[in-house]
Amino acid sequence: MLEASHLECQRGDRRLFAGVDFRLDAGEMLFLQGKNGSGKTTLLRMICGLSHPVSGEIRWKGESIHALGETFREELCYLGHLNAIKEELTPLENLSASAKLAGEALNEDEALDALEVVGLLGREDLACKYLSQGQKRRVALSRLVQEKRALWVLDEPFVALDVAAVSWLAGLIGAHLQRGGLAVLTTHQTVDIPAGAIRELKLS
Amino acid sequence: MMGMVAAITARDLKLAMRRQADIVSVLFFFIIVASLFPLGIGPEQDLLRKLAPGVLWVGALLATMLSLPKLFADDFRDGTLEQLVLAPQPLGLTVLGKVLAHWLVSGLPLALLAPVLGLQFDLSSDALLVLTVSLLIGTPALSGIGAIGAALTLGLRGGGVLVSLLVLPLYIPVLIFGAGAVDATVAGLGAEAHLSILGALAIGGVFFAPWATAAALRIALE
Repeated sequence: MLEASHLECQRGDRRLFAGVDFRLDAGEMLFLQGKNGSGKTTLLRMICGLSHPVSGEIRWKGESIHALGETFREELCYLGHLNAIKEELTPLENLSASAKLAGEALNEDEALDALEVVGLLGREDLACKYLSQGQKRRVALSRLVQEKRALWVLDEPFVALDVAAVSWLAGLIGAHLQRGGLAVLTTHQTVDIPAGAIRELKLS
Repeated sequence: MMGMVAAITARDLKLAMRRQADIVSVLFFFIIVASLFPLGIGPEQDLLRKLAPGVLWVGALLATMLSLPKLFADDFRDGTLEQLVLAPQPLGLTVLGKVLAHWLVSGLPLALLAPVLGLQFDLSSDALLVLTVSLLIGTPALSGIGAIGAALTLGLRGGGVLVSLLVLPLYIPVLIFGAGAVDATVAGLGAEAHLSILGALAIGGVFFAPWATAAALRIALE
């Protein structure tokens, strides 16, 4: 479903990577590895269509993601290393705002359920600036609970989470793969994700 | 589609209400700039009446300027902008929603405040009315054009100064016809012609600027 061929990336005069190929089918996960600065985040942003490769192409169901445009973005869920939450808004407001902007209907009960799952019930009416780093990350992750999109692109999703939350998130990603979803992720932590097929790609 | 525009406008308005200091500082800037002139020039009514349209319009322009750097900067810093670009809808519409919200918290209050400040310049009630109408029509163009500049300078150091250098020259037509409308009223001529051109500039600014802004935002995120 998701294919990349001969991807090359340059930042200024420096070539980050070249000749990157991979292929990912339904229910599979791609685990990106590499040192700091090896271009993991850049590759993830390329998969989303935020950055453009110098050469090479990324295809979704056989068509270039840039040609697909909105059709591809409807199936994509990206969680960057920034949380994309507003400090002034409460977790509940953040969650419903991001659902609305993503074009999804999310009623208040569903939103509260999602916040309960990530362990933020009781904090749903507190502005996010009063939350800890890990709790902010949980607000960002609450988006994934109701997420029905096929392709998840996750940049360091386990950062700032406690042990219980890490295993919960691993289970969530596993369930997503079980439903036939795809996931691409990077992490420096050793996490056991219950996935059938894990492909690994090392950038150097 | 329009539901999306409304959703982003509603979110930005809610955020603006939680950070009212930003709105108030823009309005106070306008009040102070417009009040310094009568104080500095003295009580010469004829001179003040002549200066009023230009001074009030330049004041509104600079006040709008002041609020521009924040238009996309917060979304850029916390990663929300990436999510907006990745939303399954044309980015131009998202920008339109943000421009609308920007106008509601800067342009609209400036226009409503202007007649009160105009009293200091001894403007007639006709001229005050035209001043308000011209600002109501002209400020959407300022928000639209300003969004292009704000997007082009996103993530740059000293972006605030750069945005002024980029955007102020583009504001000149709006300034000429906006202040011209009030001038014409003061001189006893009709303001319709000026207001029509101002309306055309506003329509152009609001409907074409979002697409240019969207292109600039994509480059900023690259």
